Amino acid sequence: MSVVLEADGLGISFGGVKAVDGVSFRAEAGRILAIIGPNGAGKTTLFNMVSGVYLPKAGAVRLGGEDVTGMEPQVLAARGLSRSFQNLQIFFRMTAAENVMVGRHRHEARGVLAHLLSLPSVARQNRATRAKALELLDVVGLRAQADIPAGSLPYGALKRLEIARALATEPKVLLLDEPAAGCNPVETEELDRVIQQIAQSGVAVVLVEHDMKLVMKISSRILVLDHGRPLTEGTPAEVRAHPDVIRAYLGGHGAREAAGV
Amino acid sequence: MTSHSPDIAAPPAAGLLARLASGKLAVLLVLALLVAVPPLFFPSGFYYRVGAIVWILAIATIGLNLLMGFAGQVSLGHAGFLGIGAYAVALLPSRYGIHGIAAMVIGAALSAFIAWVAGRPILRLRGHYLAVATLGFGILIAMVLTNEQWLTGGPDGMRVPRLVLFDWPVRGSDTWYWIGGGAMLIAAWLALNLVDSPTGRALRAIHDSEVAARVIGVDVARYKLAAFVISAVYASVAGSLLAFFDGHITPDAAGFLRSVELVTMVVIGGMGSVVGSVIGTLVIVVLPQTLTFLSDYKHIMVGAFIMLFMIFLRAGIVPSLAALVRRRG
Repeated sequence: MSVVLEADGLGISFGGVKAVDGVSFRAEAGRILAIIGPNGAGKTTLFNMVSGVYLPKAGAVRLGGEDVTGMEPQVLAARGLSRSFQNLQIFFRMTAAENVMVGRHRHEARGVLAHLLSLPSVARQNRATRAKALELLDVVGLRAQADIPAGSLPYGALKRLEIARALATEPKVLLLDEPAAGCNPVETEELDRVIQQIAQSGVAVVLVEHDMKLVMKISSRILVLDHGRPLTEGTPAEVRAHPDVIRAYLGGHGAREAAGV
Repeated sequence: MTSHSPDIAAPPAAGLLARLASGKLAVLLVLALLVAVPPLFFPSGFYYRVGAIVWILAIATIGLNLLMGFAGQVSLGHAGFLGIGAYAVALLPSRYGIHGIAAMVIGAALSAFIAWVAGRPILRLRGHYLAVATLGFGILIAMVLTNEQWLTGGPDGMRVPRLVLFDWPVRGSDTWYWIGGGAMLIAAWLALNLVDSPTGRALRAIHDSEVAARVIGVDVARYKLAAFVISAVYASVAGSLLAFFDGHITPDAAGFLRSVELVTMVVIGGMGSVVGSVIGTLVIVVLPQTLTFLSDYKHIMVGAFIMLFMIFLRAGIVPSLAALVRRRG
């Protein structure tokens, strides 16, 4: 499988503290790469650099082989990179369907004058956009809630709504920041299915997640971060057995116990 | 997933009613009735005069609501564009013999251009900083109109030549009532079109989360600027019509108080509601007229009413009442 997204030695500091330092990874089409690590390991900061929200101090981001370091998020979106957020970034005053419809933005004609005059082509396009949005709501199991204001949907539904919205851009790479956080077991299982389905459609998925059961089950590779630095990378089986990972997660004492000392 | 109980959705009848009420045609019908019915009960020509001012100012309010209520960006300087539109129809016909309608179009184009140039640096700012920057912008325009006496006649203002359409001099409050009402309906139609289009969705998205809008491909700076330019054109056209109607203008048309008045109309009527913009304008223009019997205490009562509206109808008159009706229904 081909590498779609490549991060090479990314680094950034805030007030002299290195939040992320020398982190590299490659995301392949159709595969799920998980990035795990304790709170404060720099996972979300890494996402913010890759998606153009932060400007990295060091390193490079390559998308489809081209250097895209420091490009604005909307430019990256046009090049096929989209993401969801750990703390929800929903358009609360719009309906669920409208949230996803905004995700179709880059595929729509954007002439403001035509929109003001509501030309027949605009109405046609609106219908097509809505149809596509309903399709995607179906994928994440929110078809029945299409016309409900997003502000009145439950937390787990909003997590999936963000995914549908990001999918509407038809990304080549999808960054998912803790999609299972705050979801109940049923919702997590639903999510598990959705994420695998996305990967199967050929999208490179990069997943930041704390739910280890989910991570171990669906990821093809796992990158472990600790204090902003890469700790190890490998298949779920390799990572699970790695002593440094156990130490980072359980502390020194726990690591000794796990090692049977 | 079907785990969510269906009782979240409104019952079918109320849902249909709500959908009809929120439909574009229904909104336009309500506004058309609002224009057409009251004259049947007008006891004197003075009412036409107040009505004409309401409809014309409502155009500026609808435009400002696109910026404030939909895109979520404040402007405390929009009367500046009102002033540009007003002085365009005062200056261009009298000095250069340009037709009134052409002068109005040139004024709108100039407003659009100034908004485009000034908007680029200003709209990078957010919240209070944006408010102060737009405030400065509005004051700047009012200062120019006051100080360039050779051109604008200074603080005393200047006469506006009467608008002549096909050899027909447009005069009379009742005529302007219908022209203002018609123009307001067109302005509302355009705004409603915009709201339900990719541009409108982008603006509403920016209002709720700029970062989310950006990562799904919305060029946030472009759409803020577009909303600013469109609202400037709305204000400019309203300024031109107001100047034609009054026959005389002063720099007060572009003043800070007028800007604040426009913002008040948007907020009182309801942010993000086109009908709200019209109702907000109606309340702010008509309220002082109905309270004249209080003479010296009039302004106190107007202020008190505005406070009461904000306390009890926090989302604005139209959205708050609509929510109330939905809950009862």
